[in-house]
Amino acid sequence: MSSLLAFWQQLSPDLRGFIVMAVEIVGVMLAVIISVAMLTLAERKVIGWMQVRFGPNQIRIFGLPVLKGWAQPFADVIKLLMKEVIVPANADKVVFLIAPLVALVPALSTWAVIPFSPDFVLADIDAGLLYILALTSLGVYGVILAGWASNSKYALLGAMRSAAQIVAYEIAMGFALVGVLMAAGSLNLTDVVRSQAGGITHWHGLVLFPLMVIYFIAGIAETNRAPFDVAEGESEIASGFHVEYSGATFATLFALPEYANMILVATLAPLLFLGGWLSPFEGLLPADSLLAQPSFLWLFVKILWFLFCFLWIRATFPRYRYDQIMRLGWKVFIPLTLVWIGVECVLAWYHVGPWGRM
Amino acid sequence: MAEIRNFTLNFGPQHPAAHGVLRLVLEMDGEVVQKADPHIGLLHRGTEKLAESKPFNQSIGYMDRLDYVSMMCNEHAYVMAIEKLLGIAVPLRAQYIRVMFDEITRILNHLMWLGAHGLDIGAMTVFLYAFREREDLMDCYEAVSGTRMHATYYRPGGVYRDLPEQMPKYAPSKFRSRKEIDRLNEARAGSLLDFIDDFTQRFPKCVDEYETLLTDNRIWKQRTVNIGVLSPERAMALSCSGPVLRGSGVVWDLRKKQPYEVYDRVDFDIPVGVNGDCYDRYLVRVEELRQSNRIVRQCVEWLRRNPGPVMVDDHKIVPPRRVEMKGDMESLIHHFKLYTEGYSVPAGETYAAVEAPKGEFGIWLVSDGANKPYRMKARAPGFAHLAAMDELVRGHMLADVVAVIGTIDIVFGEIDR
Repeated sequence: MSSLLAFWQQLSPDLRGFIVMAVEIVGVMLAVIISVAMLTLAERKVIGWMQVRFGPNQIRIFGLPVLKGWAQPFADVIKLLMKEVIVPANADKVVFLIAPLVALVPALSTWAVIPFSPDFVLADIDAGLLYILALTSLGVYGVILAGWASNSKYALLGAMRSAAQIVAYEIAMGFALVGVLMAAGSLNLTDVVRSQAGGITHWHGLVLFPLMVIYFIAGIAETNRAPFDVAEGESEIASGFHVEYSGATFATLFALPEYANMILVATLAPLLFLGGWLSPFEGLLPADSLLAQPSFLWLFVKILWFLFCFLWIRATFPRYRYDQIMRLGWKVFIPLTLVWIGVECVLAWYHVGPWGRM
Repeated sequence: MAEIRNFTLNFGPQHPAAHGVLRLVLEMDGEVVQKADPHIGLLHRGTEKLAESKPFNQSIGYMDRLDYVSMMCNEHAYVMAIEKLLGIAVPLRAQYIRVMFDEITRILNHLMWLGAHGLDIGAMTVFLYAFREREDLMDCYEAVSGTRMHATYYRPGGVYRDLPEQMPKYAPSKFRSRKEIDRLNEARAGSLLDFIDDFTQRFPKCVDEYETLLTDNRIWKQRTVNIGVLSPERAMALSCSGPVLRGSGVVWDLRKKQPYEVYDRVDFDIPVGVNGDCYDRYLVRVEELRQSNRIVRQCVEWLRRNPGPVMVDDHKIVPPRRVEMKGDMESLIHHFKLYTEGYSVPAGETYAAVEAPKGEFGIWLVSDGANKPYRMKARAPGFAHLAAMDELVRGHMLADVVAVIGTIDIVFGEIDR
């Protein structure tokens, strides 16, 4: 042990920093991937519960008689990885195989700038919000390439829908983030959360409530989840852009990025609007009490709530039609965010709300 | 410049919204459908031809398999046609049982339709809710006939047997707790009629539950209002019937217009739509769920008070009871004749139609006096509705095609026969 420590000490500081970083990155990636696995299970369980059925309740971890069904996502992953990857004869083979990676890489790399707690973030960069916007819009390339390369009409329709939809909602989402940026005065996510310190009334979600709602709905649209899942459109275009994918490509194209993006949206929503890791009891309880401390657990609870909303909405609503989604995006959300940004300008001018504290 | 042309999309037969084996060749301009060309025949089983080759009674089971979500209604049309040719009158109790099961079938069908339609438009929870109630009705089927779907319960001259005095109960199992078994068996303590009565008591609340999910849902309305509009004139010209016709505002229901069995003795209303769009057809069917429930309740009351025979007492048509057969020579002969040769039906032709859940389901039967039909032809409501498909979806988007397929409630068993 002491020799290991000595070895560690004699490494150059740069190398040490690099190793620590690498370990942190792997840790976050693993955490995200395991969260994705658990989210697929949670989705089936929660929706099952809403639909008076059980959901997965058979597969157990190593056959142990506890936590029935909890090994289901791992069984699914193993199954998908073992399955044959079928490349359609007329597909553009290179693009067909690259597309899943194009979808996967942005979905995972956005996590670099997410602050999980007051002092843990992989890359504390100043333009964190911009970075996220940039990467989430890159994700759509995976979908478009997948739909195009499959050389299938259903996949093409799905890709076309997805492209139009994500462009529309990216704008609404961008404007919602502009609102946050104005209130927080920073693009750095850690600073955005810090600007909400000082109790539940200081959270941006209060002043920016319409933006929060729009952000979350745009997030659902962005991740192609019901009721905006027209790119997939199970009953219309029979799975849309990933109709030709199977096995490992299916898992990396569809399951991983979609669920990782869901978690991302559900993580960003509390960071931007609900005070991230800050405690809702801050200022209400004595400052030294455990419940008032900022902690990752608060963030976790908020993430879970938003993820639950994702599933809840999926179980409740019918699917929008493609043109109705466009209308909602362009004619309702974008004007609404613009109006609210105007409202914010007025508030900022008179130093109301967060601008009074600045 | 490259030639720009519409592209054709093969919608089905392997498609989640194809409701079986619908193959729809769509000519599309982007997402907009220019032309829809439904192809049929992928589920053709030659039912009509098969019926020509066997004694009348042996084809009843095939009728279940025509429209396999409204089983007893199909049987009903078939046995009614035979009864017309034979010129026999069915005992009143059997008529009530038939009406009750016709309406149970209607609820079964509409629940299936509601769930599938919801699922097509993306509301998946309704599907599971609808199937929860379907399960109970399937149990009613099972209690009277022994099977959950393909009952073969109606026979020329009545129904196969009287309603059972006991409802089958859930047996203890390792998958269900004692408490849950007791809860499931609570309504099953008495006779079948008690069980159905209990069902009719709680069913309106279930319909309310479906409606909270759909009727006022903005997305649901956006997806169905003004989609697939069918004017009353066109609906009649295309020989639509049932909820599709009534959704367009035409008051036409065989149960009222040419009452068969005891439909003139029960009290019920015919819901009618206004705009003839998918939403109106949805509303009509949901209201029919409630009205059917009303009819079932009235039948239960009548059946409780009036015991009696459920079969005509004519052993030239109806086989004698097995017990009688054991001791009585004449019964044995009847039994033997009926189970080998069957009965012969006087020469002639007839058409008998019932208001099946999907519309007018009719059987045209020609007999040359033999023990099997000379020709049998089923008039399936879905066939006419599918023919209206092109007119309904032209100019709509791909997603609306799915809504329209759901709303005309097609089942390929009856279309392809």
